Amino acid sequence: MEPIIRVRELYKVFGPNPQEGLRLIEDGLDKDTIFERTGNTVGVKDCNLDIAEGEIFVVMGLSGSGKSTLVRLLNRLIEPTAGTVEVRGRDVTRMSQRDLIRLRSEDLAMVFQSFALMPHKTVIDNAALGLEIAGVGRARRRERAQEALDQVGLKAHARSYPDELSGGMQQRVGLARALATDPSIMLMDEAFSALDPLIRTEMQDRLLDLQREHRRTVVFISHDLDEAIRIGDRIAIMQGGEVVQVGTPKEIITHPANEYVRSFFHGVDITQVFQARDIMDSENIPVLDADTTAGEARNRIAHVPGNEAVIVDAGGRFQSVVQAKRLGELTLDRAASEVAVEVEPVPEDTALADLPRRAAQSPVSIPVVDGEGRFRGLVTLQRLVEALDRSRNAAAANGDY
Amino acid sequence: MEGRINIPVGDWIEAGVDWILDNLEPALDGIAWFLGLLTNSFEGALLAIPAWLLVLALVGLSWWRVSWRFGIFAILALGLILGMDLWEPTIKTLSLVLAATAVALAIGMPVGVAMARSDWVEASIRPVLDLMQTMPPFVYLIPAAIFFGLGTVPGAIATVVFCMPPVVRLTNLGIRQVNREQIEAGLAFGCNRRQLLTKIQLPLAMPSIMAGINQTIMLALSMVVIASMIGAGGLGNTVLTGIQRLDVGLGFEGGLGVVILAILLDRITQSVGRRRKASS
Ligand SMILES: Nc1ncnc2c1ncn2[C@@H]1O[C@H](COP(=O)(O)OP(=O)(O)OP(=O)(O)O)[C@@H](O)[C@H]1O
Ligand SMILES: [Mg+2]
Repeated sequence: MEPIIRVRELYKVFGPNPQEGLRLIEDGLDKDTIFERTGNTVGVKDCNLDIAEGEIFVVMGLSGSGKSTLVRLLNRLIEPTAGTVEVRGRDVTRMSQRDLIRLRSEDLAMVFQSFALMPHKTVIDNAALGLEIAGVGRARRRERAQEALDQVGLKAHARSYPDELSGGMQQRVGLARALATDPSIMLMDEAFSALDPLIRTEMQDRLLDLQREHRRTVVFISHDLDEAIRIGDRIAIMQGGEVVQVGTPKEIITHPANEYVRSFFHGVDITQVFQARDIMDSENIPVLDADTTAGEARNRIAHVPGNEAVIVDAGGRFQSVVQAKRLGELTLDRAASEVAVEVEPVPEDTALADLPRRAAQSPVSIPVVDGEGRFRGLVTLQRLVEALDRSRNAAAANGDY
Repeated sequence: MEGRINIPVGDWIEAGVDWILDNLEPALDGIAWFLGLLTNSFEGALLAIPAWLLVLALVGLSWWRVSWRFGIFAILALGLILGMDLWEPTIKTLSLVLAATAVALAIGMPVGVAMARSDWVEASIRPVLDLMQTMPPFVYLIPAAIFFGLGTVPGAIATVVFCMPPVVRLTNLGIRQVNREQIEAGLAFGCNRRQLLTKIQLPLAMPSIMAGINQTIMLALSMVVIASMIGAGGLGNTVLTGIQRLDVGLGFEGGLGVVILAILLDRITQSVGRRRKASS
């Protein structure tokens, strides 16, 4: 699928002579040397990204690595020194001011670290700011702002003023303000960084809920690794203005591109990153229906490495697990379901950290189901132990043990 | 000590004044006409209202905007002015202050906005403001009297010049102090330059601008009193008469009138800024 945002060879050099800075970058000098020699600061350097429609794309990096600069280049709050940014195939960097303003007000909303609300406006009028700027009439924009406030759970506070709300609530107003224009892309620069940890987690959940209702493309700047892993479909790691690695949290954790990236993941709890779906066996499990005979079941299990099968209903929903050794108690023409063990399945996004407890309680392997209860695979004891072992080794490689 | 250097700054200024008098007379007449009209309209309007009604309005405003205690102060203070038979000069002074402030704001706020938008404009206007503020106020009276003769209009003009700097400075400062992310929020949601000014910068700079307006009004009041030396009339004239006749009582009464007007104007204009922020 076409990426919704495509960034190519994007550079931003701040300072008295950006072009000179650009030349020195091409000569291979690094950020610090360029600053010492010319007083130009490299903000973003040779950035190439494809951001897919509907994903939460997290940009991480240390302070000063260029995250804020990058996100502001996407809606051209900062003019690039070189390179292109395309949104739905249209080059933002060469757009006329008029088109740019239209794009910003219709397609690209932004949420700020300091909330950036207007203290003299009520919550509802703050949420309606984008619509007001776009020239939407008062009644209509209040209606839409109210809907946005409902979405973020601030229904009752429409008439309050921002300074009457807590930080978390103020940022929900910031979120509502972005949602009110119904943008397809949301740019969030450390949107939750100013909030205390509990509220921050709550806001992350809120964002994920909103994504479930209506998928938007979110470019989310963060310097909090747990946050990035929790909400990010993919993560880009920035270092000194460069994007040094892009990938899913798992890819980056298992194959960090360099020492910087590795040090970033120092101390992260990997068993929170991996989920049941990552370690389950989905290929070697015979799937039976309710009236499969014991004979056929034994036959099918004999052809796979494991010694278990599962029974599903007509809709593919998980019912029970059958073990080869119990089938021996039955004559061949009886139904296999007679000796099946009914256990509670787990959702596929269950964290690896939560699986050992389940395994200890269950007489059979742990069945994994999707959102509709359909069978996806089994987490066998062997797989579980292997995964835990691997994650311990990964943690050790990250210097954790 | 033969070669004592003598730079004839005074001569140059005189030459400049002559040139202006010769060449810009229509413009001067226009300004005089407009300011005269403005001051007279304010004065006419305020004197047309019965004194008790105006007192009631001012007391109501003080009560509602500031506090009930200040409302009571207003009753007593305005009663005192009526009792001292200084109502008419007080109104005259008030009209001059209002007219001069209106003109100063009409010029000063756009200048402040221009300064905030361009470092270059700021750098060139700033010394002018410094000059305007450090020059002793009496100095403005001379050119004002030369260009416009004696009376209310030159008084108003000298006042406009003298009271303008605070609103210019604080408009500029207020806009420049607006948080960077708030500006970015405006732009990110699609503001053009005009919208950025009217929807983001000016509202957020409002507390600062209101402080500037308040200071401008107070400066206008102090200048209006001085301007009575070139015939601007009002409470300043009462004080001046007191000085000329060595009449301590009359001078003190006039001074008291000025103080009362100052306190009322100060508190009421300050409260406007606060209200806007808290619940507009
Ligand atoms: N307007 C500017 N003028 C000059 N240099 C700038 C400007 N904005 C950013 N920089 C520099 O560009 C680099 C990247 O800054 P940026 O704000 O994008 O970093 P960041 O990753 O967002 O950091 P933080 O986590 O502290 O927000 C830094 O070295 C910074 O000093
Ligand atoms: Mg930043």
